[in-house]
Amino acid sequence: MEKKNKAILMQGNEAIARGAVAAGVNFFAGYPITPSTEITEFMSSELPKRGGVFLQMEDEIASIAAIIGASLAGAKSMTATSGPGISLMAEGIGYAKMIEQPCVVVNVMRGGPSTGLPTHPSQADIQQSRWANHGDAPAIVLYPSSVLECYELTIRAVNLAEKYRTCVILLSDAMLGHMREPVVLPDLQDVKIIDRIKPTLPPEWYKHYPENPKYRAPLASFGDGYRFHVTGLAHDSHGFPTTRPDEVRTMADRLKNKILHNHDDLVQVELFGDEDARVAIFAAGITARAAKAAIKSAQQHGKKMLLVRPLTIWPFPDEAINKYLRDKRIVLIPELNEGQLAHEIKRVLGHSKKTRRIIELQKVTGELITPEEILNAVREVH
Amino acid sequence: MKKIPQKLVHKYLRHNKKFPHVWCPGCSDGIILGATIRAVAEIGWKKDDCAMVSGIGCSSRMPVYVDFNTAHTLHGRALAFATGIKAAKPQLNVCVITGDGDASAIGGNHLIHACRRNINLTVICVNNSIYGMTGGQYSPTTPHGAIATTMPFGNIDNTFDLCKLTLGAGATFVARTTAYHAIEMQSIIKAGMEHNGFSFIEIIAACPVIYGRLNKKGDAPAMMREMKDNFVPLSVYDKLSDDEKLIKSPRGIFKDVEEPEYTDRYAKLVKSLQPKEENNEQ
Repeated sequence: MEKKNKAILMQGNEAIARGAVAAGVNFFAGYPITPSTEITEFMSSELPKRGGVFLQMEDEIASIAAIIGASLAGAKSMTATSGPGISLMAEGIGYAKMIEQPCVVVNVMRGGPSTGLPTHPSQADIQQSRWANHGDAPAIVLYPSSVLECYELTIRAVNLAEKYRTCVILLSDAMLGHMREPVVLPDLQDVKIIDRIKPTLPPEWYKHYPENPKYRAPLASFGDGYRFHVTGLAHDSHGFPTTRPDEVRTMADRLKNKILHNHDDLVQVELFGDEDARVAIFAAGITARAAKAAIKSAQQHGKKMLLVRPLTIWPFPDEAINKYLRDKRIVLIPELNEGQLAHEIKRVLGHSKKTRRIIELQKVTGELITPEEILNAVREVH
Repeated sequence: MKKIPQKLVHKYLRHNKKFPHVWCPGCSDGIILGATIRAVAEIGWKKDDCAMVSGIGCSSRMPVYVDFNTAHTLHGRALAFATGIKAAKPQLNVCVITGDGDASAIGGNHLIHACRRNINLTVICVNNSIYGMTGGQYSPTTPHGAIATTMPFGNIDNTFDLCKLTLGAGATFVARTTAYHAIEMQSIIKAGMEHNGFSFIEIIAACPVIYGRLNKKGDAPAMMREMKDNFVPLSVYDKLSDDEKLIKSPRGIFKDVEEPEYTDRYAKLVKSLQPKEENNEQ
């Protein structure tokens, strides 16, 4: 932050697009949808200048298919959409996870269900982003809460997609996407970029899927001379369809364990306020900003509060919740949906009311939760 | 035509991997696979430079057997995947294998838009008039009156003429042939692959086990004989009476024109946006 780079007034959606370009995204396919369209527009003007590919596809299903295809051909690829688009992309997201092909999907959340409140913020897709695909497959989902973080977490999303060979979802919301903040972007040489490892062994030795759970295996692309096969069917380590239970088990374990065994690398949580406070707030994205303001205001009155803010929504930060929220008297969960984060907190902490109270503060009207509402909710029970 | 030895197909198959194949006895898919491979061999493309992409269905199982860069994707979406592959790496020769339901029902939207873009993909659409893999439901190409498990009283739905559909949507190469006309099929596939633009090749295929049995079409040879009799060259078809045209269909190349291809147009755009040599910014 102590760089001499100038602050630029930037919109959240633009920061995501700039982050993508900085991370090396050179292929973008998308379909217009509020409130994500600015990302698509930015990419349409930026990528051709850099020799990258921009395609406006006929729908969201084609968009996810095109970015997976481009990734197979070696591109770093991305699409951006909102809740209804994610619903259409669900099968494709599952396919990317199944064939273990890196790609990034941005979901700038709006109110739902259905067309809902297209121009208003919401956090309604916390659970959809986890369960977008049918079948069991873990998700990596990140959620920034400032314009600068939109930039940073987009780079991280692209890196994690390449590292873990999966579809990573980046959440944002209509407010974060459309608001402007002054941001100081880091120098490009300071940005850490992770690329897929190219195989160097002879093609006849190449296995498209590693049998060894130690991840970061080489990943060939179409045209590299390795001539591999991918399929959405259950497959063996070469990618060929199989119904043999032992081979299917190996595949299912790999999909699960590559995420499960790497929570330390994947899960990021920010703490704000006082760790020894008896009142804690668990909030993400745009709502965490109100929580921070509430905590600052409480501090001025000599009251202590702690904010636990997940930057990684999935895998869910169970470890951090156990560590920081288990002994709190009050845990407040403000969110712009009807309890999608609260559901997970209760899963981790249990429903026991003896030691703590879990307060849910929810809004699905397209308005934000204000710092005052957070303070009032705490005051009512404290 | 150059003489291609029979053994050549083995060079292109993953024979040590996942055989036997899934197709029923009498299925046309093997003939189409053979013709496709021979067409590639005749052109002389390297296996490393070929990608084969498919959706879901009987014919869509084809890529797994071929020693190219292969992707068996989602039902109806092969063209969108292939568009991504081709746009990201235009030097790849991308061939799409799809069925009648895959291409024109669930994938109809992608089909018309790929035609409109005129992106250099070769689509081999295996039209067996039925959803074979799921057991015989009617598709957009099931003829009027035909029996399907979801049209047990005879099909009352109208049908797509896939060639007219793709012609209307702007494909620059459109052809039809049948599994009976295997040699012609090979030369049409070759022409489609060599065409710089979107090529759509409809291949009328026999599904004796599902469609044939439901509709009392006889065995595979009987169904092949029907193809031989009912699909006539375009020049012959044009001279038929209106009554004969109700029974017979034209085959051959309906359209083959050069128009600016999508990845070429895109490359031109990229080139036009590059800064002049002197200011090497980045």
